[in-house]
Amino acid sequence: MPRRLALRAVALGYLVVILLAPLAMIFYRTFEHGLEPVWQTLSNHNTIHAFQVTLIATAIAVPLNTVFGVLCALAIVRRRFRGKGLLNAFIDLPLAVSPVVVGLSLFLLYDRTGWFGPWLQGHGIQVLFAMPAIVLATIFVSVPFVAREVIPTLRELGNEQEQAAATLGATRWQRFWRITLPSIRWAVIYGVILTTARCLGEYGAVAVVSGRIEGKTETATTLIDDMIQNFQNGGAYAVAVVLCLIAIVVLVLMTLTKPREETA
Amino acid sequence: MSIEIRNVTKRFGSFLALDDVSLEIPEGSLTAVLGPSGSGKSTLLRIVAGLERPDSGEILLAGEDATRVAPQRRDVGFVFQHYAAFKHMTVRDNVGFALSIRKRPKQEIRERVDELLELVQLQGFADRYPSRLSGGQRQRMALARALAAKPQVLLLDEPFGALDARVRAELRDWLRRLHEEVHVTTVFVTHDQEEAMEVSDRVAVLDHGQLEQVGSPAELYDRPASEFVLRFLGDAFRLGDRFVRPHEIVLDRFPSDGAVEVEVERIVVVGADVRIDLVDGSGERMLARLRRENVDQLELERGEIVWATADQTHRLVPAEPPA
Repeated sequence: MPRRLALRAVALGYLVVILLAPLAMIFYRTFEHGLEPVWQTLSNHNTIHAFQVTLIATAIAVPLNTVFGVLCALAIVRRRFRGKGLLNAFIDLPLAVSPVVVGLSLFLLYDRTGWFGPWLQGHGIQVLFAMPAIVLATIFVSVPFVAREVIPTLRELGNEQEQAAATLGATRWQRFWRITLPSIRWAVIYGVILTTARCLGEYGAVAVVSGRIEGKTETATTLIDDMIQNFQNGGAYAVAVVLCLIAIVVLVLMTLTKPREETA
Repeated sequence: MSIEIRNVTKRFGSFLALDDVSLEIPEGSLTAVLGPSGSGKSTLLRIVAGLERPDSGEILLAGEDATRVAPQRRDVGFVFQHYAAFKHMTVRDNVGFALSIRKRPKQEIRERVDELLELVQLQGFADRYPSRLSGGQRQRMALARALAAKPQVLLLDEPFGALDARVRAELRDWLRRLHEEVHVTTVFVTHDQEEAMEVSDRVAVLDHGQLEQVGSPAELYDRPASEFVLRFLGDAFRLGDRFVRPHEIVLDRFPSDGAVEVEVERIVVVGADVRIDLVDGSGERMLARLRRENVDQLELERGEIVWATADQTHRLVPAEPPA
């Protein structure tokens, strides 16, 4: 018993010091002087715009990476093809490469001297220091999560159920919608949540390519940084707390909707 | 619907799973494909279902070439060894799947599912999830599901392999009766010779991807075409220049034409029968199964030398010369 208690104490203590204490501190600092300053920051035009930019980038990146992640997982688990190992490794690239490096590579690619930059500028499309660059950076850094969640679930699922569905008359499309997708739905949902969290929190790559123009290309995370640079600590805390709250709401929603029928 | 398998060959990498197999399965029959693991029997069944494609050869269903037809368009029901239950659906939705795919009216699906659940004795289980059924119940559900759309052919891949002995015996019985009621052309794969002999009216024996023999269970047992079939279908021993089954051995105290001198190693009484372990001069062991009264008459004792012949009323297989 004492050993089990010790293990529990170490695990909990670690979580408290590493995870909870910083979060608690930011909540404390935010509401230290009441709700009034918090409200002032959040109702500010630039703050609202920064959240809009973050949410738009997230709203584009999440569905795209969900579809791509499921397709990739299906290809990696079910198909045999040349370069499969390479694809599998490439999916993890955004986890391995620092976001700042991602931002820099995007910058170079879409800059006037990059491969894509001149052509796009010739057609009047502004990528860098504008919404497209923010969206591209957000998509890049959040690629792996859905695929990484779905791959092990698909492996465990095997393909017998789908073969059974085939012999029962289901076409490939019907098998996907009625057998495969319902079977991997929790992995997909979990992947979507991780992707969403990653998109909302993205800083490094976006900071490099967005130009951080206040009221235009500022995102929630770059706004926090700018506020701290300008000694507007209270404002930075308020924005940070909202980001935290969104993450907490997402996590709670996930816990509440966890599957019941199959675990019974 | 009849099934015709013509010169089917299938490789997995360098492994030859099926080697030029041809087999005809008449309409309405209950055929067992029997073989040890790795003999290619499951592969053959999966090729008939369209779940695998042969490297060469053809599959004809009701006389028409179906080699390249997708599984969903072959009109076959398939039962997997590990049930392949749709875990996220209730028993009712599992069984009704084929009908809902065919967009039949809800009322019709309901009635048909109820009818099938009664057939497989799962009436009270319609709203359960498969995880809350026993192995035997899951397999019965899988059978009902396979039968829902009234397939022309029912294929079962080691259907009872994952079940315990008692449930297995029950389901065998049940499959036999089901076939008498429904009369759908049925092929089932098994490695269990007893199961094959008991359930089916025709048995096809496969070994190393090759078809060894096809026939009724009695034909195979009495007139095996090869040493492999002989040995696979039950105990068989070499007696002189022939093979013989345990119950065909006759023992005598005096030599006669073709008799072989053997030593009695052990005598075990099993009910009305006696099992006797014998060994001949060359060290070849065999097992004889005699009626108790015969043994009593002979007053047989351990360590004695007697003469063994084969009961001439039983057929014998000429043995190939020993290698």
